[in-house]
Amino acid sequence: MSFGHRHLLGIEPLSPSDITSILDLSDAYADRMKAGTPQPKALAGLTQINMFYENSTRTQASFELAGKRLGADVMNMSMSTSSIKKGETLVDTALTLNAMRPDLLVVRHGSSGAVNLLASKVNCAVLNAGDGRHEHPTQALLDALTIRRTKGRLHRLTVAICGDIAHSRVARSNILLLGRMENRVRLIAPPTLVPSGAADWGVEVYDDMAKGLEGADVVMMLRLQKERMDGGFIPSEREYFHRFGLDGEKLARAKPDVIVMHPGPMNRGVEIDGIVADDVTHSVIQEQVEMGVAVRMAAMDLLARNLQTRNDHGREVLV
Amino acid sequence: MSALLFRNATLIDPERGETKGDLLVRDGLIDGGAAGHAQVIDATGLYLAPGIVDLGVKVCEPGERHKESYRSAGQAAAAGGVTTIVTRPDTNPAIDTPEALEFAKKRGADARVRVAHIAALTKGREGREMAELGFLQDAGAVAYSDGDHVVTDTKILSRALTYAKSLGALVIGHPQDAGLSAGAAATSGPFASLKGLPGVSPMAERMGIDRDIALIEMTGVKYHFDQITTARALPALERAKANGFDVTAGVSIHHLTLNEFDVGDYRSFFKVKPPLRSEDDRRAVVEAVATGLIDIICSMHTPQDEESKRLPFEDAASGAIGLETLLPAALRLVHSGDLTLPQLFRALSLNPARRLGLPGGSLATGSPADLVLFDKDAPFVLDRFTLRSKSKNTPFDGARLQGRVKMTMIGGEIVYNGTENA
Repeated sequence: MSFGHRHLLGIEPLSPSDITSILDLSDAYADRMKAGTPQPKALAGLTQINMFYENSTRTQASFELAGKRLGADVMNMSMSTSSIKKGETLVDTALTLNAMRPDLLVVRHGSSGAVNLLASKVNCAVLNAGDGRHEHPTQALLDALTIRRTKGRLHRLTVAICGDIAHSRVARSNILLLGRMENRVRLIAPPTLVPSGAADWGVEVYDDMAKGLEGADVVMMLRLQKERMDGGFIPSEREYFHRFGLDGEKLARAKPDVIVMHPGPMNRGVEIDGIVADDVTHSVIQEQVEMGVAVRMAAMDLLARNLQTRNDHGREVLV
Repeated sequence: MSALLFRNATLIDPERGETKGDLLVRDGLIDGGAAGHAQVIDATGLYLAPGIVDLGVKVCEPGERHKESYRSAGQAAAAGGVTTIVTRPDTNPAIDTPEALEFAKKRGADARVRVAHIAALTKGREGREMAELGFLQDAGAVAYSDGDHVVTDTKILSRALTYAKSLGALVIGHPQDAGLSAGAAATSGPFASLKGLPGVSPMAERMGIDRDIALIEMTGVKYHFDQITTARALPALERAKANGFDVTAGVSIHHLTLNEFDVGDYRSFFKVKPPLRSEDDRRAVVEAVATGLIDIICSMHTPQDEESKRLPFEDAASGAIGLETLLPAALRLVHSGDLTLPQLFRALSLNPARRLGLPGGSLATGSPADLVLFDKDAPFVLDRFTLRSKSKNTPFDGARLQGRVKMTMIGGEIVYNGTENA
């Protein structure tokens, strides 16, 4: 299995075979997780630091659990209470941490490109856990794994991504990944929440949800941030739910075996109807969470293998 | 003062074109007479042009001398063939009182090139009260501008323009709709969207120019747009000129030679204001310089230290230095066939000098001998740490450029001749 990257900063630099490599390894981890078989201690002796500049419960927990299941020593830095409050810059924090010689650095930051900047200053492997509105690669990979396991393939599917595309890193990474694997991608959103130039990305853009969902194999709902609900981008929460919220009636336009996804946390009654979210005949939202751990195990495992072969900061090879 | 003869140069006269010949300098002026006992400089294979008059240079005095002082800016200018720097008032504090201007003038004596000063149009560049425009003019301000701050209150702006009109003064504006461009770090479009950067529509520039032209028509003021960078703003500029308004426009060298894709992987040295544009816009603006619709090319020299640039792209400071790279970067447009050398030096030297009523910009007999002698073709790879500015934030680091300044002369005095001098 080959994966020739030092960091996982986004989907953009990944080839279809890179994506397949990660998903194949994730499958193996997911199968063992489901069977309750012990996992190999692939990250034993390695140090993983989670740096979350934005609050996150599920992603941080998922990365922490993935590292611990593979035997890594995991440390969580709570950035909102640390030295950034004292005025330390991102690059200085990175250099300080780098001097402590971690092997894996998992970073979430509110500014697009911040994780790329940080990765250019450190020797360890960096995983992007979400940067601004740029990319969230492990989310797209866990979505892809969920689709592949449910649908049996990850190509020639019609995938509708609905909601706040403009501010969503999840949408960007998914558009890149699904396009690269040769799927038909539709974006469904009010025009104020479609990024400028999106039509040039090789996707179809809809502002009518019923039309956009016609014949879809997969529906991905996005979270609408509270601060964007009133007046600025959409007239009101209730109008948004009426026109762009996923309910049973709109979902009926999709294929009978459609799956419904959501990266969480959900706003029930805003972008998704509670009954649809809980309907296990279509909803794979809980499965996504489980696949998240498997994908993060695989991603860190692959990056750690490169770390050991390159041995690029003089750490002794422990094999 | 002795006489000096440039022998066998290619003379770039912005008014009369390109000729091979000699040029005599006597008593600090360009002399039409016989050479006599002049000292001879062999300029075979080299080009001689009027020195660059760079409109809108940020020197960080007062306030941030660690980023750029008059001394360092003067050294960079001399090495770049810039013989006059016209400094911006967006210092800290702003140059908005005659006292502040006196300070800047005193500091300006450290520069080895000519210095002219733009003063603020409103107090603190805050757009609320007009500055003491009359006193500032008496103290030597050559124009008024709030830099990249747009005066959003049109009532205040119209009064300031009316007052400036009565002084016969030039006002320099930044055409940009403040609301639409708020928070933007890039030009909106597929690139900014893919990179997740907040973008501004190029239409914000057209809205800015349309608004300002209405105020120019209303007040009759002499007006200059600091940077026109988009195709959509050009028809408005063309109409304003056709209507006989006293209006000119400039563009920075970065918008003429780079486009939005150069930002690449969030490279903050490419973050400028307004943001870099699409390739279509860049082409349109280059053509507008060739036709003369855009009058002036400037460096929009904006020093920033490493700390203010080594941040996530959205948080990083805007601006790029350009005094020393202005000429070699501009020569890209000559090498690519977009501009002739006389066209280029109209935009770099003649037009800014005329617009501001400054000496220089010409090879005509009797003009001050502000000259740049350069090798048009000499190739080099730019290393930013060789630049003389205190700040090294150039987007051309590592770029292959062609064109080297061999000598810079101001009023007949050599201020640069390939090494530090004078």
